[in-house]
Amino acid sequence: MIVVLVETTPTGEAVEVSREAITFARSLAAAGGGVPVDAVVVGEPSEGLVATLASYGVRTVHALTGDAFASYAGAAWAAGVQSVRGSSVVVMAAGTPRGNEVMAHLAAREGVAMAANVLSFSGLSPFVVTRQVVGGAALEEMRLSDRPAVFTVAGHAVEAAPAETSGPAEVLAHVPEIAAADLVARVVSSEEPEPDLSGTLKSSRVVVGAGRGAGSSDGFADLLELTELVGGSLGVSRVVTSLGWRPHHEQVGQTGSRISPDLYIPCGISGAIQHWAGCSSAKTILAINTDPDAPMVTKASHAVIGDLHEVVPAINAEIRRRRGA
Amino acid sequence: MKVLVCIKRVVDSSSEVVLTEDGQAVDGRYAGFTTSTHEECAVELAVQIAAATGGTATVLTLGDADAVEQLRAALAVGCTAAVHVIADAQTFGPADVAREVAAVARDHDLVLLGNDAADSGDFQVGIRLAYELGWPVVNGVSTVSVDGAEVTASGAGPDGHETYRVPLPAVITVLEGGVEPRYPTVPGRMKAKKVAVAERQPTAEPTGPSRVRLLLPPPTPSDVQILGKGADAAPAVVDLLEQLGVLAR
Ligand SMILES: Cc1cc2nc3c(=O)[nH]c(=O)nc-3n(C[C@H](O)[C@H](O)[C@H](O)COP(=O)(O)OP(=O)(O)OC[C@H]3O[C@@H](n4cnc5c(N)ncnc54)[C@H](O)[C@@H]3O)c2cc1C
Ligand SMILES: Nc1ncnc2c1ncn2[C@@H]1O[C@H](COP(=O)(O)O)[C@@H](O)[C@H]1O
Repeated sequence: MIVVLVETTPTGEAVEVSREAITFARSLAAAGGGVPVDAVVVGEPSEGLVATLASYGVRTVHALTGDAFASYAGAAWAAGVQSVRGSSVVVMAAGTPRGNEVMAHLAAREGVAMAANVLSFSGLSPFVVTRQVVGGAALEEMRLSDRPAVFTVAGHAVEAAPAETSGPAEVLAHVPEIAAADLVARVVSSEEPEPDLSGTLKSSRVVVGAGRGAGSSDGFADLLELTELVGGSLGVSRVVTSLGWRPHHEQVGQTGSRISPDLYIPCGISGAIQHWAGCSSAKTILAINTDPDAPMVTKASHAVIGDLHEVVPAINAEIRRRRGA
Repeated sequence: MKVLVCIKRVVDSSSEVVLTEDGQAVDGRYAGFTTSTHEECAVELAVQIAAATGGTATVLTLGDADAVEQLRAALAVGCTAAVHVIADAQTFGPADVAREVAAVARDHDLVLLGNDAADSGDFQVGIRLAYELGWPVVNGVSTVSVDGAEVTASGAGPDGHETYRVPLPAVITVLEGGVEPRYPTVPGRMKAKKVAVAERQPTAEPTGPSRVRLLLPPPTPSDVQILGKGADAAPAVVDLLEQLGVLAR
């Protein structure tokens, strides 16, 4: 059996990267001769969630419930997964902050190795995975000989796809006993999350991208005007969200949204592999960057070499001029 | 209180990455070495917490002899002592590193690490360390403050800005973004040179990182069309936008 930890949105749906992880698990299960793929969710799953998981080929959904799961605690989640994993040969999750954290806890508890950010597997015996290292600039082939094999799947490494054949899924509710020590480090308060507005970003025909080149939180006025003029959405790099210049729901990439617009205009974004993971399916890419050798420029179909603070206002002025405004 | 902060000497991968001939490591001969920004933030937090509590901030690395350069850099920004576990970090897996850190960490109150190392990106040394020590671990936070026997840490999570409060001793892994690492001053650098670095040998043979080999992703051929340079490119850009039909209102 392969066990996949599935994360859910505040409204209780399976997040995209968890559906990707299940898709990965299915191909691993097929290579292993058709072993079942079970899902673990935290909290009571909605009917919609169970139906989604069933459509992805999951037959058994383990629901971890009880007071121990009222707020997030990495060790408690790992203990919960451990309590339902039975004799599974593989335990995996999406390469999200929580996915990596819970799998690391699980691996430490089980005394096995853990591979973060896996892209693919190449052999079953020995089980060898290829994963991202050096911030994506290199790949590592890693042998996972321990059982269970524990790993996370890098976001957007595979496309989430429902199973070709699917049946109903059974829900097993568990109230595992969680040791007090596993609840010491738990979230004691959380501010209302930013509203998740990434839906518009994901469905936009045009996305204007902004990276470190924007310079500061005050550097977005022209970019936002361009976004407005092309009727698109703003998408940003992780540097921009980490520095607090823009909200996380605008992030494009492995740990953000995957977009597939007709046109993507990344401005001041270098094009790191984790960013590329989120934008590679854009039909046309117009990069604006001071560095002609930036990966985003060399991978783009079109580019302008220059300072975005000069180029973008000029584009805005030209659009306004042609519109006769 | 006594804070320990763990940093790793890694090849600077901001420019082209080159592998060693045996494919087991990134070759740093041309690019030079650095530490990750998460760890720079962990160092800054360690220095701030030591100052706020009248305590000490000790920096630790497991690495070859040259890794003393990274220890000196941390001393120059305010760490007060340094421990160097002399070993080839490439042959140490995350469980090996956690065991070696644990051997030093026990008489500290708080251990800070990066959330993930810039080269191996294993996302787990801090968590394994916590299990070695039997201490609680808070993962992936960007602000940390100590109040008596308790530490409060917070960062962005899927449920919004999340706060943890745990009793000391504890392990915390840090993500960049919560503090601005300070720059070394000249007196800081001078002082750093005089600090005696405590050298240690590993306590056990490493079991290793389970690495088969490293690979470079295949280069993608570029067929980019350069529309122009600077503001002068604007008309060509707007032509393209019109051609793609994205300006139609
Ligand atoms: C596990 C993991 C997950 C990650 N997930 C993501 C993710 O989901 N999304 C993501 O984006 N990143 C992600 N990253 C980070 C990623 O590796 C890069 O660090 C990040 O994408 C870089 O952002 P950037 O391009 O804005 O900044 P930089 O890499 O610093 O690039 C800035 C670019 O702007 C150009 N520039 C500077 N000034 C100007 C100017 N005035 N005008 C025009 N151009 C200018 C520079 O030439 C450069 O190309 C992840 C990293 C890891 C390790
Ligand atoms: N060789 C090392 N020496 C000191 N600290 C390390 C070493 N390797 C990893 N760490 C610490 O553990 C963190 C997480 O590393 P990793 O789990 O390998 O991604 C790093 O950010 C460092 O703080």
